[in-house]
Amino acid sequence: MPSPANPEGQLIMARSHLDQLLGAITRRGFRLIGPTVRDGAIVYDEISSSADLPAGWTDEQDGGRYRLRRRGDDALFGYNVGPQSPKRYLFPPSSLLSRVRSEDGLSFTAAGEPDAAPLAFMGVRSCELHAIAIQDRVFLGGRHVDPVYSGRREGAFIVAVNCGQAGGTCFCVSMQTGPRAQAGFDLALTELLDAGRHEFLVEIGTARGAEVMSEVACRGALAVDTEAADQIIQRTAASMGRQMDTGGIKDLLYENFEHPRWEDVAGRCLACGNCTMACPTCFCFSVENVSDLTGTQAELHRSWDSCFTMDHSYLHGGAVRVTNRSRYRQWMTHKLATWIDQYGSSGCVGCGRCITWCPVGIDITEEVAAIRADGAMAGGPDGATQPEPAGPAAQEGQTHDA
Amino acid sequence: MHQLSEHALARPWTEPAPWRVTATRRESADTVTLELEPPSGEVFEFRPGQFNMLGALGTGEVPISISGDPATGGPVLHTIRDVGMATHALCALEPGDRVGVRGPYGTWWPLEEAEGADVMIIAGGIGLPPVRPAVYHLLARRDRYQRVVLLYGARTPADLLFTDELADWRSRFDLDVQVTVDAAPSGWRGDVGVVPDLIATTRFDPATATAFMVGPEIMMRFTVRALRSVGVPDDRIFLSMERNMQCAVAMCGHCQLGPFLVCRDGPVFCHQPLARWLSLREV
Amino acid sequence: MTLEPLLREHPFLKGLEPEYLTLLAGCAMNVRFREGAFLFREGEAADQCFLIREGKIALEIAAADRGSIIVETLAAGDVAGFSWLLGPHRWQFDGRAVEPVRAIALDGVCLRGKCADDPRLGFELMQRFARLAIQRLQATRLRLLDVYGNARASAL
Repeated sequence: MPSPANPEGQLIMARSHLDQLLGAITRRGFRLIGPTVRDGAIVYDEISSSADLPAGWTDEQDGGRYRLRRRGDDALFGYNVGPQSPKRYLFPPSSLLSRVRSEDGLSFTAAGEPDAAPLAFMGVRSCELHAIAIQDRVFLGGRHVDPVYSGRREGAFIVAVNCGQAGGTCFCVSMQTGPRAQAGFDLALTELLDAGRHEFLVEIGTARGAEVMSEVACRGALAVDTEAADQIIQRTAASMGRQMDTGGIKDLLYENFEHPRWEDVAGRCLACGNCTMACPTCFCFSVENVSDLTGTQAELHRSWDSCFTMDHSYLHGGAVRVTNRSRYRQWMTHKLATWIDQYGSSGCVGCGRCITWCPVGIDITEEVAAIRADGAMAGGPDGATQPEPAGPAAQEGQTHDA
Repeated sequence: MHQLSEHALARPWTEPAPWRVTATRRESADTVTLELEPPSGEVFEFRPGQFNMLGALGTGEVPISISGDPATGGPVLHTIRDVGMATHALCALEPGDRVGVRGPYGTWWPLEEAEGADVMIIAGGIGLPPVRPAVYHLLARRDRYQRVVLLYGARTPADLLFTDELADWRSRFDLDVQVTVDAAPSGWRGDVGVVPDLIATTRFDPATATAFMVGPEIMMRFTVRALRSVGVPDDRIFLSMERNMQCAVAMCGHCQLGPFLVCRDGPVFCHQPLARWLSLREV
Repeated sequence: MTLEPLLREHPFLKGLEPEYLTLLAGCAMNVRFREGAFLFREGEAADQCFLIREGKIALEIAAADRGSIIVETLAAGDVAGFSWLLGPHRWQFDGRAVEPVRAIALDGVCLRGKCADDPRLGFELMQRFARLAIQRLQATRLRLLDVYGNARASAL
């Protein structure tokens, strides 16, 4: 398998030949999803040729701010991440899970999408690859497999892109999820654009990727090419817009569930749920059973849910998490801490979308820094960070708070 | 306490199996036991403490504890309290009706690990059905345990479940059954008071006993306090917890309780790792 | 024959100094009630407290429209009767023996006299009654929460 250290196996493809690659993919029956400009943002949509790509566009991102701006060149991937991620296609906002019929007994049939074309993604960033892997762990990695996610995910063709610039809210370096795409792709491109040329360094990730590239005009990469790509990626890594110290972050958050900072952020948070919709790893969904008027047929639907809704923690006529404070705390502690215990990794990939798309610009990296700055203050259950003493607590049955 | 259930994996989680109602029994004004049979040829096994997801046509699915004897074959018992649309539809089912079932899911009571010492089974209200399978298990292997105590609390005498069985159990010499209610009409000969207060006057060895508990969270909190105050260690107290549950397969994110997913890491939890999370509000 | 041994073994007086037990024995009387008998009635003068040795007592209240409702039961080791402690010394509830009851009745006037003479005895008894009252209060609060109730039907 070719690696960055070994330029052999890596290829150089001219910009003018990019459509050969796209054609090779669509000829194999894939539905090609790639970035395109729409409604003032760069979003993922079906594309048919490289003309659909956001040539010459970049994005400016900050807390609660997203603007497109014209670049001085024709770079195709000269932006960072848009409001959506491949999650929108692999785990759609709304989908049919199964059908129920009760004319003759009760029968459940898979919804299935037997005629749906398999998906191919163009332009996937390293943070997004990690996000896909994280959702794979949720939907495919447990004892039970989700058939709908599996149907879309299996066989999906992925062309990744190594970021040529870092965004204002990016912190993939802190989360160790980029900027270089390491795994989970069929092909990975690095855009090499300067006065002399517009080419792509192509790294082969799978045999399938190699096979597709065999239909594209390209030459072998030279050391000078891979060094150029390395430099671009290093420059990107050095210019992250945000950073987060993740050392011991799980314990830090576990010990600070009563930190006053939660009250502070609750005063700003609107519980709008934008962050959960933009986030490429958020996976909460609700299940709805909808029957027709005859009462003999029903459909099981699932749609995105958010832990910011009042209903999310509904139990016995009320919700467990009622206050804004508790719901923001749930989201952030889940993303950065409890996710680790639940699914074996962090839930955050450092893409910065939650910062960019929060209407009031709440910054998850800032919130972590604020809690860290106080050390283990107003802590967990007892306000202490010591482990609970073994054995029975004395006099526990005699509380005199009459 | 983790389980890889063949039956739960037999089909995709999005396709429940069509079970049939073979009998129904009204246990109290708002509680019904459904006896359900899987599609023919399918064998269903479960451990005490586990649950199934049940869904009548057109309503959502809800987690319902399996309340029968795991050792006997035949229809599988589910005891349901009518508290909302989905449970209302289930309580209204008649023999012959069909219902979507998937499971069993979740962790179970560590009954084998409790052998050789006293066992306290503590149930409040609708908490008795989820522990009844454990009681059957204990009684079938009575000689493997020391003292076996059942403490059961309910709102009023009319709300007591499984009263015939309670009377049978009460008449046994090898089972200490204490029943208490919040209030009662004058003819009631049992106790009127709260479950936690029964702990102090119950004869058992706190140093070695294991407690299995299901009930409203407040009741469990106070009962845990009472158990700890007489010396039962945290790692021998087990609770069955509840949270909003929709998929039951660790994917929808609703049943989170801090780092735990109640559908996968519960519903039966050891109190020790759970304690720090229960003491926080709105988690 | 004094009742000191019986007093000494009752959980309520556990740890009380022997000379105080002797003092209390002077206010004590062995009593029995058959099943169904009333130890006390709501509204009557309350000049006794009962240290229950055996059996079960129901604290009841009668309401014209609802019959009698049991609000609490007390058993061996418990104490029935706080109303002797503080004025107006009237029973607030009915006390009925659900099963045959054996108890030690302590005379209220006698007790109050002895406590007035020796405030330390008074403090010891007050502490014990306070602990009981708090425990009953906590249990009552717990029942007030109606934890077994149907959450949707309740306003709480």
